Amino acid sequence: MSLAGRHAVAVSLVIAAPALQAQSRYNLQPPATGIAAQIYDMHTLMLLICLLIFVIVFGVMFWAVIHHRKSKGAVAAHFHENTAVEIAWTVIPILILLGMAWPATRTVLEMKDTRDPDITIKATGYQWKWGYDYLQGEGQGIRFVSNLSTPREQVDGKATKGEHYLVEVDNPVVVPVGKKIRVLMTAADVIHSWWLPAFGVKQDAIPGFIRDAWFRADQEGVYRGNCAELCGKDHGFMPIEVHVVSQEAYAKWVADRQAAMAAAASAGAREWALAELVEHGAKVFAANCVACHQADGKGLPPAFPPLDGAAIVLGDAPAQIEVVLKGRPGTPMAAFGALLSDADIAAVITYTRNTWSNKTGEAIQPSQIAAARGK
Amino acid sequence: MAAVMPDHLHGEHHGPTGLMRWITTTNHKDIGTMYLVFSFIMFLSGGVMALTIRAELFQPGLQVVQPEFFNQLTTMHGLVMVFGAIMPAFVGFANWQIPLMIGACDMAFARMNNWSFWLLPPAATLLIGSFFVPGGATAAGWTLYAPLSVQMGMGMDLAIFAIHIMGVSSIMGAINIVVTILNMRAPGMTMMKMPLFCWTWLITAYLLIAVMPVLAGAVTMVLTDRHFGTSFFSAAGGGDPVMYQHIFWFFGHPEVYIMILPAFGIISQIIPTFARKPLFGYASMVYATSSIAILSFSVWAHHMFTTGMPAAGQLFFMYATMLIAVPTGVKVFNWVATMWRGSMTFETPMLFAVGFIFVFTMGGFTGLICAIAPIDIQVQDTYYVVAHFHYVLVAGSLFAIFAGAYYWLPKWTGHMPDERIGKLHFWCSIVFFNITFFPMHFLGLAGMPRRIPDYALQFADFNMLASIGAFGFGLSQLIFLAAVVKCVRGGEKAAARAWEGAEGLEWTVPSPAPHHTFEEAPVVK
Repeated sequence: MSLAGRHAVAVSLVIAAPALQAQSRYNLQPPATGIAAQIYDMHTLMLLICLLIFVIVFGVMFWAVIHHRKSKGAVAAHFHENTAVEIAWTVIPILILLGMAWPATRTVLEMKDTRDPDITIKATGYQWKWGYDYLQGEGQGIRFVSNLSTPREQVDGKATKGEHYLVEVDNPVVVPVGKKIRVLMTAADVIHSWWLPAFGVKQDAIPGFIRDAWFRADQEGVYRGNCAELCGKDHGFMPIEVHVVSQEAYAKWVADRQAAMAAAASAGAREWALAELVEHGAKVFAANCVACHQADGKGLPPAFPPLDGAAIVLGDAPAQIEVVLKGRPGTPMAAFGALLSDADIAAVITYTRNTWSNKTGEAIQPSQIAAARGK
Repeated sequence: MAAVMPDHLHGEHHGPTGLMRWITTTNHKDIGTMYLVFSFIMFLSGGVMALTIRAELFQPGLQVVQPEFFNQLTTMHGLVMVFGAIMPAFVGFANWQIPLMIGACDMAFARMNNWSFWLLPPAATLLIGSFFVPGGATAAGWTLYAPLSVQMGMGMDLAIFAIHIMGVSSIMGAINIVVTILNMRAPGMTMMKMPLFCWTWLITAYLLIAVMPVLAGAVTMVLTDRHFGTSFFSAAGGGDPVMYQHIFWFFGHPEVYIMILPAFGIISQIIPTFARKPLFGYASMVYATSSIAILSFSVWAHHMFTTGMPAAGQLFFMYATMLIAVPTGVKVFNWVATMWRGSMTFETPMLFAVGFIFVFTMGGFTGLICAIAPIDIQVQDTYYVVAHFHYVLVAGSLFAIFAGAYYWLPKWTGHMPDERIGKLHFWCSIVFFNITFFPMHFLGLAGMPRRIPDYALQFADFNMLASIGAFGFGLSQLIFLAAVVKCVRGGEKAAARAWEGAEGLEWTVPSPAPHHTFEEAPVVK
């Protein structure tokens, strides 16, 4: 209990000194939005009220524990039942609760008000990554997939862990500072949850349904969060990273993204060489497939089947293209048609057909993927 | 009630001996003992899983287990502790104590009592055996949320059947308790003279009968979604994944009170005994317990604030949840008022009872903080919640079970428990408990999600501390085993009234309680 006591003191000291807020490891993350600030203050208030009640109730209890002992000659009194006292300790807590409910109600209503956003972004949870589509506002049409970028060697202890171990991604979400951003959450397979602690946003992403939340970040910076709903094997490995940037930097990012998407579209129109496909496919595989099918292609049976020597990979290409585009319902195999470009899918299929012991020598062209999509 | 018909061998066991005695017994004391032994075995199994989890989380990175197996461990730790350890332990107490406390000769349905116990070992075998089937045990979390649970391998099916069987066992046990309490009280023992442990168990039994079928329905729907092409929880077929959560938590929230109300009852027996002073507000304790039980049916969606329900829904469930603080507060105030100006001694049961009040109340405060919807949205599915429910389930239910065990061991074994070993067990448990779970509040506030096998570097030091505490806490429970074994084998002889201030019918029969008690009902004045 002494440790608990010491921590309790530490908590109250941290609360008493807002200057410590930024470095605090004992409290909620420093808020970056108005809602998160309200939650932070509400939590502080609640904690103080609870501490006060705690001190009073246990002050009384420990006074009794120390003084009303048989060994100190205490003789038991025989009072019991006292209506006035019992009414008091029922009514006073109700009044305290009313005081707590008031600010909470205001914040709930504000959190729910997702009207009139400047930018709307759809976040889709996949096992185990996030896909983002900018649906409305500046940057409309931008879409990308955001994967964990921490190398596997760091997880396995074969390399030193970086500063942002497990909370860094290859493609972060970028938003302008001071704008109302509405996020629509949904999922493709199981329930995920899009959580950014500094924004005070946590909303489950439910397959087949769309929910929403909003934030308006006050300061530029990089904010990190995690998936907060158990979603299978790599639930701990699908972080969220949001860069809040100035209006100019955002405009530049949008232009760059749009140029990159145009380049990717033209890549799908030309013929690719086998070596080029395998090389690009290795990258796509590492970002999208390796978590289940594993780097050695052996998978993790029975949940995650092998690709090395698999009939589906060594058989007719159209069957494999069909599985990659549409997924396998009821299993974690996602429909990658919605996630990846024709060139990416062609490359990764070519890679699986020409790696490990698989040596088909076939090059699958983006045009084949486009044709399969058209069917 | 042929099995408890009086015969010539008063107080002595008769009938088959050896293993068959235990398989065929219809005696409430034998069955109570079996429940308690079973729950302790399950407690140790769930504990080994917890320690494997804490070993993996000792440092960032993956060292001990892979993520899939880690998820199986967190899932099975929850299922085993809830359905295998805590619930059967309380049923064990009910079996031993309720007939003794109300002056009944046995439970109302003695053979059904035997069956409700003997369903548990097969259920536990299914549950723990599921680790060894292809794909391993279910890894969907103890809440078994669809659609993740629909994706799982055959370990999930075994878990579903185990839950069905344990549910049948719980319902039969609950019916037995309700009928025993309502029909078999000694003459003169009116409802409002009944010991509080019986009251809390009566209310718990009604909760069990009400919600176990709901859980059975939820997991059956998962089963048919998995194998028979239904789409209860799949949007593609017109279902809704969130509906699973509504059904699950309609069971799940009363379930937390199923695990804590009998604990309140045990504490309400122990505090007056060692304060040598009657319970301050008996009637208000009964009313508080009933209000908690009734409110528990209207708060389930506070587990689901992040699913995105309408503002009106969030506000309703927030207000209803906050209201639960009122009757819970009444209970804590009553215990403190009972201790006030008592003449207290601190034998092991009292230490655990006072420890319970102190640490459980901390869990109550974090519960109140979690009731505030905007704060809950920040801490939901983080280690803050893990800390909260371990404060109420370990420091709450489990400490009350220890308190009750030390309190009634003299009645069960005829020997006083060794005070030195018991006190060592208490101090190790409460210190290591806080070292394990207090830092988890900070982890959760700072943003560490639960159910993850690996974490960002800023969480490293508190996790290491929690892991050290967990191993200390786990090992401390072997002290309890030693205390019980020593008490069973011998020790200071216990009087009929083993504790000076103890009141109630159970203290009027000899220690150890003879095989048959109250063959002629006592009269309560």
